Amino acid sequence: MNTRLISETSARYSNKLKKLKISKKIVLYALLMALGYVYIYPVLYMIVSSLMTMDDLVNPTVTWVPTEFFLGNYRKAVRVLHFGESLFTSVFLAFVSSLLQTLSCSLAGYAFARHNFPGKKFYFALMIGIFLIPSQVMTVPKYLLFDTYKLLNSELALFVPAAFGQGIKSTIFVLIFYQAFRSYPQSFDEAAQLDGAGRLKVFLKIAVPVCLPAFVIAFLFSFVWYWNETYQSSLLLGSEIRTLPMRLNAFVQEYSRLYPTSDGSEINKINESIRMAGTILTIVPLLVLYSVLQKQFVEGIESSGITGE
Amino acid sequence: MKKHIKRRTAEALSGYAFLAPWLIGLVFLSLFPFLYSFWISICSVSFTTNGIVTKLVGLKWYREAFTEDTTFLISLLDTVKFVAFSTPIIIVSSLIIALMLNSQFRFRGFFRAVFFFPVIITSGPVISELVVNRASAIINPERFPIYTFVEQLPAVISLPVLYIFDNIVIILWFSGVQILIYVSRLQKIGRPIYEAAAIDGASDWQVFWKILLPFIKPTIFLNAIYTIMELSSFSNNAINSEISSKMTLTGKAYSYSAAMSWIYFLAVVVLLLIIAVVLRARARRGDDEN
Repeated sequence: MNTRLISETSARYSNKLKKLKISKKIVLYALLMALGYVYIYPVLYMIVSSLMTMDDLVNPTVTWVPTEFFLGNYRKAVRVLHFGESLFTSVFLAFVSSLLQTLSCSLAGYAFARHNFPGKKFYFALMIGIFLIPSQVMTVPKYLLFDTYKLLNSELALFVPAAFGQGIKSTIFVLIFYQAFRSYPQSFDEAAQLDGAGRLKVFLKIAVPVCLPAFVIAFLFSFVWYWNETYQSSLLLGSEIRTLPMRLNAFVQEYSRLYPTSDGSEINKINESIRMAGTILTIVPLLVLYSVLQKQFVEGIESSGITGE
Repeated sequence: MKKHIKRRTAEALSGYAFLAPWLIGLVFLSLFPFLYSFWISICSVSFTTNGIVTKLVGLKWYREAFTEDTTFLISLLDTVKFVAFSTPIIIVSSLIIALMLNSQFRFRGFFRAVFFFPVIITSGPVISELVVNRASAIINPERFPIYTFVEQLPAVISLPVLYIFDNIVIILWFSGVQILIYVSRLQKIGRPIYEAAAIDGASDWQVFWKILLPFIKPTIFLNAIYTIMELSSFSNNAINSEISSKMTLTGKAYSYSAAMSWIYFLAVVVLLLIIAVVLRARARRGDDEN
Protein backbone atom coordinates (compact mmCIF):
# COMPACT_ATOMS: atom_id res chain seq x y z
CA MET A 1 0.00 0.00 0.00
CA ASN A 2 2.86 2.25 0.90
CA THR A 3 4.48 1.65 -2.44
CA ARG A 4 1.26 2.57 -4.21
CA LEU A 5 1.08 5.84 -2.32
CA ILE A 6 4.61 6.70 -3.26
CA SER A 7 4.17 5.84 -6.90
CA GLU A 8 0.97 7.89 -7.01
CA THR A 9 2.65 10.87 -5.44
CA SER A 10 5.64 10.68 -7.71
CA ALA A 11 3.32 10.40 -10.70
CA ARG A 12 1.59 13.56 -9.53
CA TYR A 13 5.01 15.13 -9.05
CA SER A 14 6.10 14.39 -12.58
CA ASN A 15 2.76 15.71 -13.86
CA LYS A 16 3.38 18.89 -11.97
CA LEU A 17 6.84 19.07 -13.46
CA LYS A 18 5.47 18.70 -16.97
CA LYS A 19 2.93 21.45 -16.52
CA LEU A 20 5.53 23.80 -15.13
CA LYS A 21 7.82 23.02 -17.96
CA ILE A 22 5.78 24.49 -20.78
CA SER A 23 5.43 28.01 -19.42
CA LYS A 24 8.82 28.00 -17.79
CA LYS A 25 10.62 26.60 -20.76
CA ILE A 26 9.82 29.53 -22.98
CA VAL A 27 11.31 31.91 -20.43
CA LEU A 28 14.26 29.59 -19.95
CA TYR A 29 15.10 29.32 -23.63
CA ALA A 30 14.65 33.04 -24.19
CA LEU A 31 16.97 33.91 -21.32
CA LEU A 32 19.57 31.34 -22.26
CA MET A 33 19.61 32.45 -25.86
CA ALA A 34 19.88 36.13 -24.98
CA LEU A 35 22.74 35.51 -22.57
CA GLY A 36 24.40 32.97 -24.82
CA TYR A 37 24.45 35.57 -27.57
CA VAL A 38 26.82 37.66 -25.49
CA TYR A 39 29.30 34.78 -25.41
CA ILE A 40 28.94 33.71 -29.00
CA TYR A 41 28.90 37.12 -30.62
CA PRO A 42 32.56 38.18 -30.31
CA VAL A 43 33.82 34.84 -31.55
CA LEU A 44 31.38 34.73 -34.45
CA TYR A 45 32.34 38.26 -35.30
CA MET A 46 36.02 37.32 -35.33
CA ILE A 47 35.46 34.25 -37.47
CA VAL A 48 33.38 36.17 -39.99
CA SER A 49 35.74 39.09 -40.29
CA SER A 50 38.73 36.78 -40.58
CA LEU A 51 37.18 35.41 -43.76
CA MET A 52 36.67 38.78 -45.38
CA THR A 53 38.68 40.18 -48.25
CA MET A 54 39.91 43.74 -48.16
CA ASP A 55 36.93 44.77 -50.30
CA ASP A 56 34.41 43.19 -47.96
CA LEU A 57 36.03 44.84 -45.00
CA VAL A 58 35.57 48.36 -46.29
CA ASN A 59 32.20 47.66 -47.90
CA PRO A 60 29.50 48.85 -45.46
CA THR A 61 26.84 46.56 -46.98
CA VAL A 62 28.81 43.46 -46.02
CA THR A 63 28.36 42.88 -42.29
CA TRP A 64 27.80 39.20 -41.62
CA VAL A 65 28.13 37.24 -44.85
CA PRO A 66 31.38 37.71 -46.77
CA THR A 67 30.97 37.75 -50.54
CA GLU A 68 33.37 34.85 -50.95
CA PHE A 69 34.93 32.21 -48.74
CA PHE A 70 38.36 33.79 -48.52
CA LEU A 71 41.22 31.97 -46.83
CA GLY A 72 44.01 34.33 -47.85
CA ASN A 73 44.10 35.93 -44.41
CA TYR A 74 44.74 32.56 -42.84
CA ARG A 75 47.49 31.76 -45.27
CA LYS A 76 49.27 34.95 -44.29
CA ALA A 77 48.57 34.52 -40.57
CA VAL A 78 50.00 30.99 -40.60
CA ARG A 79 53.25 32.35 -41.98
CA VAL A 80 53.41 35.29 -39.62
CA LEU A 81 52.76 33.13 -36.56
CA HIS A 82 55.22 30.41 -37.68
CA PHE A 83 52.23 28.27 -36.92
CA GLY A 84 53.65 24.73 -37.01
CA GLU A 85 56.63 25.46 -34.83
CA SER A 86 54.92 27.67 -32.28
CA LEU A 87 51.91 25.36 -32.08
CA PHE A 88 54.20 22.54 -31.03
CA THR A 89 55.96 24.74 -28.45
CA SER A 90 52.65 25.92 -27.03
CA VAL A 91 51.10 22.46 -26.78
CA PHE A 92 54.21 20.97 -25.24
CA LEU A 93 54.63 23.71 -22.64
CA ALA A 94 50.98 23.95 -21.69
CA PHE A 95 50.40 20.20 -21.60
CA VAL A 96 53.33 19.29 -19.37
CA SER A 97 52.88 22.30 -17.08
CA SER A 98 49.18 21.76 -16.54
CA LEU A 99 49.63 18.04 -15.95
CA LEU A 100 52.24 18.74 -13.27
CA GLN A 101 50.17 21.54 -11.80
CA THR A 102 46.99 19.45 -11.60
CA LEU A 103 48.90 16.72 -9.83
CA SER A 104 50.70 18.88 -7.28
CA CYS A 105 47.64 20.99 -6.51
CA SER A 106 45.42 17.95 -6.04
CA LEU A 107 47.85 16.61 -3.45
CA ALA A 108 47.87 19.94 -1.61
CA GLY A 109 44.09 20.21 -1.87
CA TYR A 110 43.74 16.73 -0.40
CA ALA A 111 46.07 17.61 2.44
CA PHE A 112 43.99 20.66 3.31
CA ALA A 113 40.63 18.98 2.84
CA ARG A 114 41.14 15.68 4.61
CA HIS A 115 43.78 16.23 7.27
CA ASN A 116 44.23 18.13 10.47
CA PHE A 117 47.77 19.20 11.07
CA PRO A 118 49.44 22.03 12.96
CA GLY A 119 49.87 25.19 10.91
CA LYS A 120 47.10 24.35 8.45
CA LYS A 121 45.29 27.66 8.77
CA PHE A 122 48.55 29.57 8.54
CA TYR A 123 49.56 27.90 5.27
CA PHE A 124 46.10 28.42 3.89
CA ALA A 125 46.18 32.14 4.64
CA LEU A 126 49.70 32.42 3.27
CA MET A 127 48.62 30.72 0.06
CA ILE A 128 45.81 33.21 -0.50
CA GLY A 129 48.00 36.14 0.53
CA ILE A 130 50.76 35.34 -1.93
CA PHE A 131 48.20 34.95 -4.67
CA LEU A 132 46.78 38.39 -4.07
CA ILE A 133 50.00 40.31 -4.57
CA PRO A 134 49.91 41.51 -8.17
CA SER A 135 52.20 39.22 -10.11
CA GLN A 136 53.85 42.15 -11.88
CA VAL A 137 55.65 43.08 -8.68
CA MET A 138 56.80 39.57 -7.95
CA THR A 139 58.25 39.28 -11.42
CA VAL A 140 61.62 40.88 -10.74
CA PRO A 141 62.36 39.00 -7.50
CA LYS A 142 61.18 35.85 -9.21
CA TYR A 143 63.51 36.47 -12.11
CA LEU A 144 66.45 36.94 -9.75
CA LEU A 145 65.53 33.82 -7.81
CA PHE A 146 65.11 31.66 -10.91
CA ASP A 147 68.43 32.95 -12.14
CA THR A 148 70.09 31.64 -8.95
CA TYR A 149 68.43 28.27 -9.48
CA LYS A 150 69.58 28.25 -13.13
CA LEU A 151 66.03 27.74 -14.30
CA LEU A 152 65.90 30.63 -16.73
CA ASN A 153 65.74 30.29 -20.51
CA SER A 154 64.47 26.74 -20.47
CA GLU A 155 61.17 24.95 -20.15
CA LEU A 156 62.08 24.18 -16.54
CA ALA A 157 61.18 27.77 -15.63
CA LEU A 158 57.56 26.70 -16.11
CA PHE A 159 57.75 23.01 -15.22
CA VAL A 160 59.45 23.29 -11.84
CA PRO A 161 56.97 25.75 -10.27
CA ALA A 162 54.10 23.74 -11.73
CA ALA A 163 55.42 20.51 -10.21
CA PHE A 164 55.66 22.18 -6.80
CA GLY A 165 52.23 23.75 -6.83
CA GLN A 166 53.46 27.28 -7.50
CA GLY A 167 52.43 27.59 -11.12
CA ILE A 168 50.00 30.05 -12.68
CA LYS A 169 47.05 30.66 -10.35
CA SER A 170 47.88 27.47 -8.46
CA THR A 171 45.96 28.78 -5.46
CA ILE A 172 42.71 28.49 -7.37
CA PHE A 173 43.42 24.87 -8.19
CA VAL A 174 44.23 24.03 -4.60
CA LEU A 175 40.92 25.68 -3.65
CA ILE A 176 38.98 23.75 -6.31
CA PHE A 177 40.47 20.47 -5.11
CA TYR A 178 39.99 21.47 -1.50
CA GLN A 179 36.31 21.93 -2.13
CA ALA A 180 35.94 18.80 -4.26
CA PHE A 181 37.65 16.55 -1.72
CA ARG A 182 35.51 17.90 1.08
CA SER A 183 32.29 17.24 -0.78
CA TYR A 184 32.14 13.48 -0.41
CA PRO A 185 31.53 11.67 2.90
CA GLN A 186 34.42 11.06 5.26
CA SER A 187 33.03 7.55 5.74
CA PHE A 188 34.30 6.54 2.27
CA ASP A 189 37.85 7.16 3.40
CA GLU A 190 37.33 5.58 6.79
CA ALA A 191 35.85 2.42 5.31
CA ALA A 192 38.82 2.02 3.02
CA GLN A 193 41.21 2.63 5.88
CA LEU A 194 39.49 -0.02 7.97
CA ASP A 195 40.10 -2.39 5.09
CA GLY A 196 43.77 -1.68 5.57
CA ALA A 197 44.40 0.82 2.78
CA GLY A 198 47.10 3.42 3.40
CA ARG A 199 46.51 7.13 2.94
CA LEU A 200 48.02 7.22 -0.51
CA LYS A 201 45.94 4.26 -1.61
CA VAL A 202 42.79 5.91 -0.25
CA PHE A 203 43.67 8.99 -2.25
CA LEU A 204 44.30 7.10 -5.47
CA LYS A 205 41.45 4.60 -5.21
CA ILE A 206 38.72 6.79 -3.73
CA ALA A 207 39.41 10.51 -3.85
CA VAL A 208 40.66 10.56 -7.44
CA PRO A 209 37.82 8.56 -9.02
CA VAL A 210 35.13 10.32 -6.98
CA CYS A 211 36.46 13.75 -7.87
CA LEU A 212 37.43 13.05 -11.47
CA PRO A 213 35.41 16.01 -12.81
CA ALA A 214 37.49 18.30 -10.60
CA PHE A 215 40.63 16.89 -12.21
CA VAL A 216 39.23 17.47 -15.68
CA ILE A 217 38.21 21.02 -14.83
CA ALA A 218 41.56 21.76 -13.20
CA PHE A 219 43.47 20.39 -16.17
CA LEU A 220 41.40 22.40 -18.62
CA PHE A 221 41.71 25.68 -16.69
CA SER A 222 45.37 25.09 -16.16
CA PHE A 223 45.98 24.35 -19.80
CA VAL A 224 44.09 27.43 -20.87
CA TRP A 225 45.94 29.70 -18.47
CA TYR A 226 49.34 28.33 -19.37
CA TRP A 227 48.43 28.68 -22.99
CA ASN A 228 47.36 32.30 -22.71
CA GLU A 229 49.99 33.58 -20.31
CA THR A 230 52.65 35.56 -22.13
CA TYR A 231 54.00 38.25 -19.85
CA GLN A 232 55.85 36.19 -17.25
CA SER A 233 56.63 33.25 -19.48
CA SER A 234 58.30 35.33 -22.16
CA LEU A 235 60.52 36.80 -19.48
CA LEU A 236 61.39 33.48 -17.85
CA LEU A 237 61.64 31.42 -21.03
CA GLY A 238 63.91 33.82 -22.82
CA SER A 239 63.71 34.76 -26.47
CA GLU A 240 64.31 31.28 -27.88
CA ILE A 241 61.04 29.69 -26.83
CA ARG A 242 58.10 31.38 -28.52
CA THR A 243 54.52 30.25 -28.01
CA LEU A 244 51.58 31.04 -30.27
CA PRO A 245 50.14 33.86 -28.12
CA MET A 246 53.61 35.40 -27.86
CA ARG A 247 53.81 35.39 -31.63
CA LEU A 248 50.37 36.94 -31.72
CA ASN A 249 51.55 39.78 -29.50
CA ALA A 250 54.32 40.49 -31.94
CA PHE A 251 52.01 39.98 -34.92
CA VAL A 252 52.20 43.47 -36.42
CA GLN A 253 56.00 43.72 -36.31
CA GLU A 254 56.49 40.25 -37.75
CA TYR A 255 53.90 40.94 -40.43
CA SER A 256 55.63 44.06 -41.67
CA ARG A 257 58.93 42.16 -41.71
CA LEU A 258 57.47 39.40 -43.90
CA TYR A 259 55.28 41.59 -46.05
CA PRO A 260 57.07 44.90 -46.45
CA THR A 261 55.03 47.77 -47.84
CA SER A 262 58.05 49.91 -48.60
CA ASP A 263 57.33 49.61 -52.32
CA GLY A 264 54.05 51.37 -51.66
CA SER A 265 51.90 48.42 -52.71
CA GLU A 266 48.48 48.33 -51.09
CA ILE A 267 48.06 44.58 -51.46
CA ASN A 268 50.30 43.66 -48.56
CA LYS A 269 48.92 46.16 -46.09
CA ILE A 270 47.91 44.61 -42.81
CA ASN A 271 44.24 44.79 -42.01
CA GLU A 272 41.79 43.81 -39.32
CA SER A 273 40.91 40.54 -41.05
CA ILE A 274 44.44 39.20 -41.02
CA ARG A 275 44.82 39.97 -37.34
CA MET A 276 41.50 38.28 -36.62
CA ALA A 277 42.70 35.23 -38.54
CA GLY A 278 45.79 35.21 -36.34
CA THR A 279 43.70 35.47 -33.19
CA ILE A 280 41.44 32.62 -34.31
CA LEU A 281 44.46 30.44 -35.10
CA THR A 282 45.75 31.11 -31.60
CA ILE A 283 42.60 29.91 -29.87
CA VAL A 284 41.74 27.03 -32.21
CA PRO A 285 43.78 24.48 -30.22
CA LEU A 286 41.90 25.56 -27.09
CA LEU A 287 38.59 25.12 -28.89
CA VAL A 288 39.64 21.59 -29.87
CA LEU A 289 40.65 20.71 -26.32
CA TYR A 290 37.44 22.21 -25.02
CA SER A 291 35.26 20.21 -27.37
CA VAL A 292 37.07 17.02 -26.37
CA LEU A 293 36.90 17.62 -22.62
CA GLN A 294 33.55 19.38 -22.35
CA LYS A 295 31.62 16.10 -22.41
CA GLN A 296 33.37 15.21 -19.18
CA PHE A 297 31.83 18.05 -17.25
CA VAL A 298 28.87 19.04 -19.42
CA GLU A 299 27.00 15.75 -19.24
CA GLY A 300 29.20 13.18 -17.60
CA ILE A 301 28.99 14.01 -13.94
CA GLU A 302 25.52 12.71 -13.14
CA SER A 303 26.17 9.31 -14.63
CA SER A 304 29.08 8.70 -12.28
CA GLY A 305 26.41 7.88 -9.70
CA ILE A 306 28.00 9.52 -6.74
CA THR A 307 25.69 11.94 -5.07
CA GLY A 308 27.93 13.45 -2.43
CA GLU A 309 26.22 13.97 0.88
CA MET B 1 43.85 8.12 24.93
CA LYS B 2 47.34 7.21 23.84
CA LYS B 3 45.94 5.61 20.75
CA HIS B 4 44.01 8.77 20.02
CA ILE B 5 47.13 10.89 20.17
CA LYS B 6 48.94 8.41 17.97
CA ARG B 7 46.19 8.65 15.41
CA ARG B 8 46.35 12.41 15.42
CA THR B 9 50.10 12.35 14.91
CA ALA B 10 49.69 9.89 12.06
CA GLU B 11 47.12 12.17 10.47
CA ALA B 12 49.36 15.22 10.82
CA LEU B 13 52.26 13.32 9.28
CA SER B 14 50.15 12.14 6.40
CA GLY B 15 48.84 15.68 5.94
CA TYR B 16 52.36 17.00 5.69
CA ALA B 17 53.29 14.22 3.30
CA PHE B 18 50.52 15.27 0.91
CA LEU B 19 51.37 18.91 1.41
CA ALA B 20 55.11 18.38 0.94
CA PRO B 21 55.50 19.20 -2.78
CA TRP B 22 53.41 22.34 -2.42
CA LEU B 23 55.15 23.37 0.80
CA ILE B 24 58.62 22.92 -0.68
CA GLY B 25 57.54 25.00 -3.65
CA LEU B 26 56.11 27.65 -1.36
CA VAL B 27 59.29 28.01 0.65
CA PHE B 28 61.76 27.83 -2.22
CA LEU B 29 59.85 29.48 -5.06
CA SER B 30 57.15 31.82 -3.77
CA LEU B 31 58.03 33.04 -0.32
CA PHE B 32 61.15 34.89 -1.38
CA PRO B 33 59.51 36.92 -4.18
CA PHE B 34 56.60 37.67 -1.85
CA LEU B 35 58.74 38.96 1.01
CA TYR B 36 61.28 40.58 -1.27
CA SER B 37 58.55 42.62 -2.97
CA PHE B 38 57.70 44.02 0.46
CA TRP B 39 61.35 44.69 1.19
CA ILE B 40 61.90 46.69 -1.98
CA SER B 41 58.71 48.64 -1.30
CA ILE B 42 60.41 50.18 1.75
CA CYS B 43 63.75 50.61 0.00
CA SER B 44 65.19 52.60 -2.79
CA VAL B 45 66.56 50.33 -5.47
CA SER B 46 69.48 51.11 -7.71
CA PHE B 47 71.24 49.03 -10.29
CA THR B 48 75.00 48.89 -10.21
CA THR B 49 77.57 46.65 -11.78
CA ASN B 50 77.51 44.55 -8.61
CA GLY B 51 73.82 43.88 -9.07
CA ILE B 52 70.90 45.41 -7.27
CA VAL B 53 71.58 47.67 -4.31
CA THR B 54 68.79 48.45 -1.87
CA LYS B 55 68.74 51.24 0.69
CA LEU B 56 66.08 51.43 3.37
CA VAL B 57 63.82 54.48 3.03
CA GLY B 58 60.87 53.49 5.21
CA LEU B 59 57.36 54.33 4.14
CA LYS B 60 58.41 57.06 1.72
CA TRP B 61 56.85 55.44 -1.37
CA TYR B 62 53.61 54.73 0.47
CA ARG B 63 53.31 58.38 1.49
CA GLU B 64 54.13 59.49 -2.01
CA ALA B 65 51.46 57.25 -3.50
CA PHE B 66 48.79 58.86 -1.38
CA THR B 67 49.96 62.46 -1.38
CA GLU B 68 51.90 63.20 -4.55
CA ASP B 69 50.71 60.74 -7.15
CA THR B 70 47.75 62.20 -9.03
CA THR B 71 46.57 59.03 -10.74
CA PHE B 72 47.22 56.31 -8.18
CA LEU B 73 44.25 56.96 -5.91
CA ILE B 74 41.88 57.27 -8.85
CA SER B 75 43.03 53.96 -10.33
CA LEU B 76 42.92 52.27 -6.96
CA LEU B 77 39.37 53.43 -6.24
CA ASP B 78 38.34 52.56 -9.79
CA THR B 79 39.54 49.02 -9.44
CA VAL B 80 38.23 48.52 -5.92
CA LYS B 81 34.86 49.81 -7.08
CA PHE B 82 34.95 47.46 -10.06
CA VAL B 83 35.77 44.46 -7.89
CA ALA B 84 33.34 45.37 -5.10
CA PHE B 85 30.40 45.95 -7.47
CA SER B 86 31.08 43.11 -9.84
CA THR B 87 31.72 40.35 -7.35
CA PRO B 88 28.21 40.11 -5.88
CA ILE B 89 26.69 40.50 -9.33
CA ILE B 90 28.85 37.73 -10.76
CA ILE B 91 28.14 35.46 -7.80
CA VAL B 92 24.37 35.89 -8.14
CA SER B 93 24.05 35.93 -11.91
CA SER B 94 26.28 32.90 -12.37
CA LEU B 95 24.23 31.06 -9.75
CA ILE B 96 21.03 31.85 -11.63
CA ILE B 97 22.54 30.71 -14.91
CA ALA B 98 23.87 27.56 -13.23
CA LEU B 99 20.40 26.80 -11.86
CA MET B 100 18.93 27.19 -15.32
CA LEU B 101 21.59 24.96 -16.83
CA ASN B 102 20.98 22.38 -14.14
CA SER B 103 17.29 21.87 -14.96
CA GLN B 104 16.05 19.39 -17.52
CA PHE B 105 15.48 20.65 -21.05
CA ARG B 106 16.32 19.89 -24.62
CA PHE B 107 19.66 21.05 -26.07
CA ARG B 108 21.00 21.32 -22.55
CA GLY B 109 24.38 19.99 -23.65
CA PHE B 110 24.59 22.65 -26.31
CA PHE B 111 23.71 25.49 -23.94
CA ARG B 112 26.12 24.27 -21.34
CA ALA B 113 28.88 24.17 -23.90
CA VAL B 114 28.05 27.77 -24.80
CA PHE B 115 27.98 29.01 -21.22
CA PHE B 116 31.18 27.28 -20.18
CA PHE B 117 32.83 28.66 -23.26
CA PRO B 118 34.22 31.87 -21.67
CA VAL B 119 36.48 29.63 -19.62
CA ILE B 120 38.84 29.30 -22.55
CA ILE B 121 38.53 32.91 -23.63
CA THR B 122 38.64 35.03 -20.48
CA SER B 123 42.39 34.98 -20.07
CA GLY B 124 43.41 35.16 -23.68
CA PRO B 125 43.78 37.58 -26.56
CA VAL B 126 40.03 37.64 -27.18
CA ILE B 127 39.17 39.24 -23.85
CA SER B 128 41.83 41.93 -24.28
CA GLU B 129 40.34 42.64 -27.67
CA LEU B 130 36.90 42.88 -26.06
CA VAL B 131 38.05 45.23 -23.33
CA VAL B 132 39.93 47.44 -25.74
CA ASN B 133 37.00 47.69 -28.13
CA ARG B 134 34.54 48.55 -25.38
CA ALA B 135 32.63 45.32 -25.39
CA SER B 136 29.41 46.70 -23.94
CA ALA B 137 28.76 48.11 -27.38
CA ILE B 138 27.52 44.63 -28.25
CA ILE B 139 24.37 45.28 -26.30
CA ASN B 140 24.37 49.05 -26.19
CA PRO B 141 22.34 49.39 -23.00
CA GLU B 142 21.58 53.07 -23.53
CA ARG B 143 19.05 52.32 -26.22
CA PHE B 144 16.66 50.50 -23.87
CA PRO B 145 13.90 52.53 -22.19
CA ILE B 146 14.72 50.99 -18.83
CA TYR B 147 18.13 52.61 -18.94
CA THR B 148 16.68 56.11 -19.22
CA PHE B 149 14.16 55.23 -16.54
CA VAL B 150 16.86 54.18 -14.08
CA GLU B 151 18.83 57.31 -14.85
CA GLN B 152 15.99 59.37 -13.36
CA LEU B 153 16.16 57.58 -10.00
CA PRO B 154 18.16 58.91 -7.03
CA ALA B 155 21.87 58.30 -7.37
CA VAL B 156 21.99 55.76 -4.54
CA ILE B 157 19.90 53.37 -6.60
CA SER B 158 20.75 54.43 -10.12
CA LEU B 159 24.55 54.38 -9.85
CA PRO B 160 24.97 50.68 -9.08
CA VAL B 161 22.24 49.69 -11.53
CA LEU B 162 23.69 51.75 -14.34
CA TYR B 163 27.07 50.32 -13.49
CA ILE B 164 25.70 46.84 -14.08
CA PHE B 165 24.15 47.89 -17.38
CA ASP B 166 27.36 49.46 -18.59
CA ASN B 167 29.52 46.50 -17.66
CA ILE B 168 27.10 43.66 -18.29
CA VAL B 169 29.14 42.04 -21.03
CA ILE B 170 32.38 42.05 -19.09
CA ILE B 171 30.55 40.79 -16.03
CA LEU B 172 29.02 37.95 -17.99
CA TRP B 173 32.35 37.12 -19.53
CA PHE B 174 33.88 36.78 -16.09
CA SER B 175 31.17 34.35 -15.00
CA GLY B 176 32.17 31.31 -17.02
CA VAL B 177 34.36 29.64 -14.45
CA GLN B 178 31.89 30.34 -11.66
CA ILE B 179 28.98 28.87 -13.63
CA LEU B 180 31.01 25.76 -14.24
CA ILE B 181 31.94 25.39 -10.59
CA TYR B 182 28.32 25.88 -9.51
CA VAL B 183 26.97 23.37 -12.02
CA SER B 184 29.46 20.71 -11.05
CA ARG B 185 28.34 21.16 -7.45
CA LEU B 186 24.61 21.28 -8.22
CA GLN B 187 24.88 18.03 -10.12
CA LYS B 188 25.85 16.30 -6.93
CA ILE B 189 22.34 16.74 -5.57
CA GLY B 190 20.69 13.48 -6.46
CA ARG B 191 17.22 13.11 -7.95
CA PRO B 192 15.90 11.31 -4.83
CA ILE B 193 16.39 14.50 -2.81
CA TYR B 194 14.20 16.54 -5.16
CA GLU B 195 11.60 13.77 -5.23
CA ALA B 196 11.55 13.54 -1.46
CA ALA B 197 11.07 17.29 -1.26
CA ALA B 198 8.22 17.15 -3.78
CA ILE B 199 6.52 14.36 -1.85
CA ASP B 200 6.73 16.50 1.27
CA GLY B 201 4.95 19.21 -0.72
CA ALA B 202 7.85 21.66 -0.99
CA SER B 203 7.57 24.32 -3.67
CA ASP B 204 10.44 25.14 -6.01
CA TRP B 205 11.05 28.26 -3.99
CA GLN B 206 11.33 26.29 -0.76
CA VAL B 207 13.56 23.71 -2.45
CA PHE B 208 15.88 26.51 -3.47
CA TRP B 209 16.14 28.08 -0.02
CA LYS B 210 16.08 24.93 2.10
CA ILE B 211 18.00 22.44 -0.02
CA LEU B 212 19.99 24.04 -2.80
CA LEU B 213 21.31 27.10 -1.01
CA PRO B 214 22.65 25.35 2.10
CA PHE B 215 24.18 22.69 -0.12
CA ILE B 216 26.08 25.11 -2.33
CA LYS B 217 27.10 27.52 0.41
CA PRO B 218 30.74 26.41 0.43
CA THR B 219 30.72 26.78 -3.35
CA ILE B 220 29.46 30.34 -3.06
CA PHE B 221 32.38 31.10 -0.79
CA LEU B 222 34.83 29.47 -3.18
CA ASN B 223 33.37 31.40 -6.08
CA ALA B 224 33.50 34.67 -4.15
CA ILE B 225 37.18 34.20 -3.39
CA TYR B 226 37.83 33.11 -6.94
CA THR B 227 35.98 36.09 -8.40
CA ILE B 228 37.82 38.62 -6.27
CA MET B 229 41.14 37.05 -7.11
CA GLU B 230 40.38 36.85 -10.79
CA LEU B 231 39.08 40.40 -11.09
CA SER B 232 41.84 41.90 -9.00
CA SER B 233 44.61 40.11 -10.84
CA PHE B 234 43.17 40.86 -14.27
CA SER B 235 46.10 42.61 -15.90
CA ASN B 236 43.94 45.03 -17.89
CA ASN B 237 42.36 46.65 -14.85
CA ALA B 238 43.24 50.21 -13.97
CA ILE B 239 45.53 49.64 -11.03
CA ASN B 240 47.48 46.77 -12.56
CA SER B 241 48.22 48.78 -15.69
CA GLU B 242 49.27 51.64 -13.41
CA ILE B 243 51.60 49.34 -11.48
CA SER B 244 53.10 47.92 -14.66
CA SER B 245 53.57 51.29 -16.29
CA LYS B 246 55.38 52.78 -13.30
CA MET B 247 57.64 49.78 -12.87
CA THR B 248 60.71 51.36 -14.39
CA LEU B 249 60.37 55.01 -13.34
CA THR B 250 63.84 56.43 -12.89
CA GLY B 251 64.81 57.01 -9.28
CA LYS B 252 62.11 54.76 -7.93
CA ALA B 253 62.35 51.68 -10.14
CA TYR B 254 60.40 48.72 -8.80
CA SER B 255 60.17 50.02 -5.28
CA TYR B 256 57.36 52.45 -6.06
CA SER B 257 55.42 49.79 -7.96
CA ALA B 258 55.97 47.38 -5.10
CA ALA B 259 54.60 49.92 -2.63
CA MET B 260 51.52 50.47 -4.81
CA SER B 261 51.02 46.72 -5.02
CA TRP B 262 51.10 46.34 -1.30
CA ILE B 263 48.54 49.09 -0.84
CA TYR B 264 46.37 47.41 -3.46
CA PHE B 265 46.98 44.06 -1.79
CA LEU B 266 45.68 45.42 1.53
CA ALA B 267 42.60 46.84 -0.20
CA VAL B 268 41.82 43.45 -1.74
CA VAL B 269 42.38 41.70 1.58
CA VAL B 270 39.85 44.05 3.16
CA LEU B 271 37.34 43.15 0.43
CA LEU B 272 37.97 39.45 1.01
CA LEU B 273 37.47 39.85 4.75
CA ILE B 274 34.18 41.67 4.18
CA ILE B 275 32.95 38.84 1.94
CA ALA B 276 34.10 36.24 4.46
CA VAL B 277 32.30 38.02 7.30
CA VAL B 278 29.08 38.47 5.28
CA LEU B 279 28.96 34.84 4.18
CA ARG B 280 29.90 33.61 7.64
CA ALA B 281 27.18 35.69 9.28
CA ARG B 282 24.60 34.39 6.81
CA ALA B 283 25.75 30.82 7.35
CA ARG B 284 25.33 31.22 11.10
CA ARG B 285 21.88 32.72 10.74
CA GLY B 286 20.97 29.75 8.55
CA ASP B 287 22.10 27.38 11.28
CA ASP B 288 20.00 29.12 13.91
CA GLU B 289 16.85 28.67 11.87
CA ASN B 290 17.28 24.93 11.65
